[in-house]
Amino acid sequence: MAEVLVYVDHVDGAVRKPTLELLTLARRIGEPVAVALGNGAADTAATLAEHGAVKVLTHEAAEYADYLVVPKVDALQAAHEAVSPAAVLVPSSAEGKEIAARLALRLGSGIITDAVDLEAGDEGPVATQSVFAASFTTKSRVSTGTPVITVKPNSAAVEAAPAAGAVESLSVTFSAQATGTKVTGRTPRESTGRPELTEAAIVVSGGRGVNGAENFAIIEALADSLGAAVGASRAAVDAGWYPHTNQVGQTGKSVSPQLYIASGISGAIQHRAGMQTSKTIVAINKDAEAPIFDLVDYGVVGDLFDVVPALTEEIKTRKG
Amino acid sequence: MSLRIVVTVKYVPDATGDRHFADDLTVDRDDVDGLLSELDEYAVEQALQISENSDDDVEITVLTVGPEDAKDALRKALSMGADKAIHVEDDDIHGTDAIGTSLVLAKAIEKAGYDLVISGMASTDGTMGVVPALLAERLGVPQVTLLSEVSVEDGTVKGRRDGDAASENLEASLPAVVSVTDQSGEARYPSFKGIMAAKKKPVESWDLSDLDIEAEEVGLEGAYTTVDNAAERPARTAGTIVKDEGEGGKQLAEFLAGQKFI
Repeated sequence: MAEVLVYVDHVDGAVRKPTLELLTLARRIGEPVAVALGNGAADTAATLAEHGAVKVLTHEAAEYADYLVVPKVDALQAAHEAVSPAAVLVPSSAEGKEIAARLALRLGSGIITDAVDLEAGDEGPVATQSVFAASFTTKSRVSTGTPVITVKPNSAAVEAAPAAGAVESLSVTFSAQATGTKVTGRTPRESTGRPELTEAAIVVSGGRGVNGAENFAIIEALADSLGAAVGASRAAVDAGWYPHTNQVGQTGKSVSPQLYIASGISGAIQHRAGMQTSKTIVAINKDAEAPIFDLVDYGVVGDLFDVVPALTEEIKTRKG
Repeated sequence: MSLRIVVTVKYVPDATGDRHFADDLTVDRDDVDGLLSELDEYAVEQALQISENSDDDVEITVLTVGPEDAKDALRKALSMGADKAIHVEDDDIHGTDAIGTSLVLAKAIEKAGYDLVISGMASTDGTMGVVPALLAERLGVPQVTLLSEVSVEDGTVKGRRDGDAASENLEASLPAVVSVTDQSGEARYPSFKGIMAAKKKPVESWDLSDLDIEAEEVGLEGAYTTVDNAAERPARTAGTIVKDEGEGGKQLAEFLAGQKFI
């Protein structure tokens, strides 16, 4: 059976959820071979094996943290040479897409980004993408070279599928370009204790209607009652009420959770682009004419300062 | 010292318009009004700011690849303050994918001459966000991408890249490829004077033969990817909408419980 390379996104050995989703998709096409790089690479093996990795190729070097993107491209290229895979799958993060693009160019391959589903096909893997602010769905494939495909979080379920997960060390020679862009400082984000926005099963977002940074506390309280991530519309971020890393929409994150709750968000195209593929959509807005209500499964026309706290209380009561 | 900046820009269908696909499954660029991609305005803005903050002699060239109408995007960038423009136009380019686009841009950038390339973080139509990385790979220069802050001094570009897990400070020697996000600073509006001045600024037109690119290397034929079909997403079925009469929160909780979210 053909092997499929899966690039592992991990933090010091802790594998992030989108990588496990990639393993589910990779198993539809062939046998997943994971590539884990940098500090803690070998520590990823147990988790990856549980989810279907037949092999885990690892390489630790300071270059992965000290220089931008290129060392990882060099390593994936080495892994490609060693394995000759049927496809290369990479999580669709900002960095993941850059790594995948440069790899594709080196391999003389086509690239598909931001897939939301992947199936095996007669002429190679078929990727589903959601385009034009999620108003169209396309099916595409790579027609030249080894398909390089980046996949968005929440595109597949995480499945247990125990496999050997044999750790092999990958031999990597860094290219002349590897040390071109130096990372001279790194400030880790403060943990909020909430789930990662793009990975969360539930997202609670606030917009212009929240009307002030201090009022985001009620959005956070609702999110915490549901174990959800907090999102914000561009209007709220531009006003400085909430950090840009939480922005949902065209220039922020695109999310596809089981449940999306929009509070005080009108639903402009820029916002819809980032949340339209959510499974269930709920909105609370004062304006009955707000376009967000065209998308909802359930909507409440009302003042979010009444409805959101009442909802939070009710959820807490029900959860006991 | 002089500093040659090339800003890559794209002419895109208006995102607030009714965007759709043409029969050959390429983006329909005829039936929807086009404009300079909003995210590229940030790139033009940062080029202008680098120029304003520099003691060097800075020349800003805006570069686009696209059909005749794409000149509008160049004109807008010129009216913001760029010095000159290059339009790569060729019928054989229709249907080119990201890999092919990066080839055309890279060849044009090399022909124009550059110390610094600045791009937006992504286009607002294709939204892949990979062209800056592809340009760096093709040109063999450092990529300093997704910056929310950028500065150039003494042949070095520095910037801050705000990622999910961390905020990183980056540094590279020129020549380099930079991309900037919508957090890098609001783009200026063209002044009346700027609009008038833009009319006199030079716009060069190049085709594939000027760049030594064969027709087979680009276009739908040369694309490394194939779109098999594109379907309009079915409209979401109309949901239940209630007016809050004091029970809105409870009703919503009832709905969420029914869907097993609580």
